[in-house]
Amino acid sequence: MATVNLTAHKPTGPVGTIRDGLLIAERNLLNLRRTPGAVVAALVQPLMFVLLLAYVFGGSLGGAEYRSFLMGGIFAQAVTFNASFTAIGLAADMDKGMVDRFRALPMPRGSVILGRTLSDLTMSAVTLTVTSLCGLLIGWRLEGSALDAVVAYGLVLLFAFAMSWIGATIGLMARSVEVAQSAGLIWLFPVTFVSGAFVSVTTMPEPLRTIAEWNPVSATATAARSLFGNQAPPAVVPPDSWPVQHATAYALLCACAIIALFMPLAVARYRRIARG
Amino acid sequence: MNTSGVNPAGPLRQPLPPQGDAGRGPVSCGEQDMIVAEGLTRSFGDRQALAGIDLRAPAGTVLSLLGPNGAGKTTTVRILTTLLRPDGGRATVAGHDVGDAPEAVRERIGLSGQYAAVDERLTARENLYLIARLYGMSRRTARRRTGDLLDRFALTEAADRPSGNFSGGMRRRLDLAGALTARPAVVFLDEPTTGLDPRGRADTWQAVEDLVADGTTVLLTTQYLEEADRLADSIVVVDHGRVIARGTANELKDAVGGERITLRPAEPRAVGAIAEVLASLGPYRPETDRRTGKVSVATDHGAAALQRALAALQAAHLDVRDVSLAPPTLDDVFLALTGRPRSADDPPAQEPGPPVQDHADGPEREPGEHHGAGTRQHAAHRRGAPAWRP
Repeated sequence: MATVNLTAHKPTGPVGTIRDGLLIAERNLLNLRRTPGAVVAALVQPLMFVLLLAYVFGGSLGGAEYRSFLMGGIFAQAVTFNASFTAIGLAADMDKGMVDRFRALPMPRGSVILGRTLSDLTMSAVTLTVTSLCGLLIGWRLEGSALDAVVAYGLVLLFAFAMSWIGATIGLMARSVEVAQSAGLIWLFPVTFVSGAFVSVTTMPEPLRTIAEWNPVSATATAARSLFGNQAPPAVVPPDSWPVQHATAYALLCACAIIALFMPLAVARYRRIARG
Repeated sequence: MNTSGVNPAGPLRQPLPPQGDAGRGPVSCGEQDMIVAEGLTRSFGDRQALAGIDLRAPAGTVLSLLGPNGAGKTTTVRILTTLLRPDGGRATVAGHDVGDAPEAVRERIGLSGQYAAVDERLTARENLYLIARLYGMSRRTARRRTGDLLDRFALTEAADRPSGNFSGGMRRRLDLAGALTARPAVVFLDEPTTGLDPRGRADTWQAVEDLVADGTTVLLTTQYLEEADRLADSIVVVDHGRVIARGTANELKDAVGGERITLRPAEPRAVGAIAEVLASLGPYRPETDRRTGKVSVATDHGAAALQRALAALQAAHLDVRDVSLAPPTLDDVFLALTGRPRSADDPPAQEPGPPVQDHADGPEREPGEHHGAGTRQHAAHRRGAPAWRP
């Protein structure tokens, strides 16, 4: 009895990483479920942006038409901001010794980060659901096909997953939870606002305009809008540039490129923890 | 002061002998040694945490790393559990190199203590289940193992409460249970009883004794000398990232030598006078514990010295309420080795002689002054350090 091998079937490689990643994600979600305050706080922020932009700025930008246009941008912004949760979550796990606990276990290196990005992806799905409901209340509608809507949500979630790996890299580089908190958040404002998420990039001065045009947040917002069939009011009509014309393909490309870049960066950073 | 010019740490702090010393091959061949470390060094910035640590723990034994805060105990544990890379040196755990085969090491170890953690928002059961699953157990095996561990560590009643509300002792038990989840061959316990109440400490000791009965190899770090004394087969005393002594508890005590007389004055105000009388008797300087009001002094002559001390006190009309003669505790050993003012400055006479010598005006130590080098020499000179084999 005492010598029964309890752990004979531990899978390795990508299967092992995903298996352990799902276990960690489950643990993170259990944690989240027991801190309802944090979940509510995370949901209040996009709702606040919806109401602020729709009713403070929206009146001068096209009223009801702008509110409909706005939602694509809100979705892209909301999931981008969720990247800060990844940074804070990983930094907190390091701070509390959980990462050490996991690192002393026979787990594939990437699985702790994968688990965190997967649980934050779930959180993004919740965010999207709640913001969508809020959008419906202020007059936003799905004006395209159901399939397009599914593709739109899928694209936004893929983007959420990609941004989460940037957050993971920041969280693992931060020396403390406080640093992760500010460093994980501060870059999100320029990234989401220097974009076509809420306004037309045509009124921005160069080089902001070019940056905004090619910003993955713009691409994701534009792609979601076009898939949802939401029209832009005259005040915020986007330019007829390549990233706008090919918004869906470009958004997909951006998400994949970000994952391809930051996944290895985050995992390398995780390995480096051992060098202290 | 002894000024023989011997390297202060010399006789006591020796590196492991060249390999093959006892018919044992190099690191990779030590089948019976579950933990081997050779010349581990590690710096953090310009602070050297480890300055060359050598360790060896045969299978099924308890090795205790004993030292104060900042001695390098946790850094050593972190290196041996693959959490930290050493700057230099090498180590194998359960036959696998921690640098080359960290995965293999992780499959065979359990870690509990300062730097391991329980997830406060998960219940005890969820914590253990998660760890069991992460060790690779199936859902069913993990559930069963979790139940067993909860029983064994008396956590069944609290199993479904969030561990964040646990008492310190329950938390440690949960952490320890986590470390034992996969029945590891080697268990690392980093200060497992720090901050525990006496009962929690006794429970933890029992758990360690059970582990050893099962044949597990344990590396235990502690600041508690009593703990090392009680649990360890061999003790390595570390200070400032170096091994300053190693041996069994008894060997360490022998090396410091003698016994201690402890007296409690009938009249608390007489403490000073009693200390003076004792000081006039022997090579060792008496110490007064202000908190307990007791005076204690080391001696190499046991009962004879005690009789003599009592006779001297009686002659001086100083009454004593109680008195004890006891072998040195590891506390005394440790303090002697790390150079705190705990023993006499000069090496005591080896040859038989009068149990007491007038040495009252010998050099005295200021508390906090660093005299480690001298003290270590004494310990070594006194016994020729026979027990201090590497």
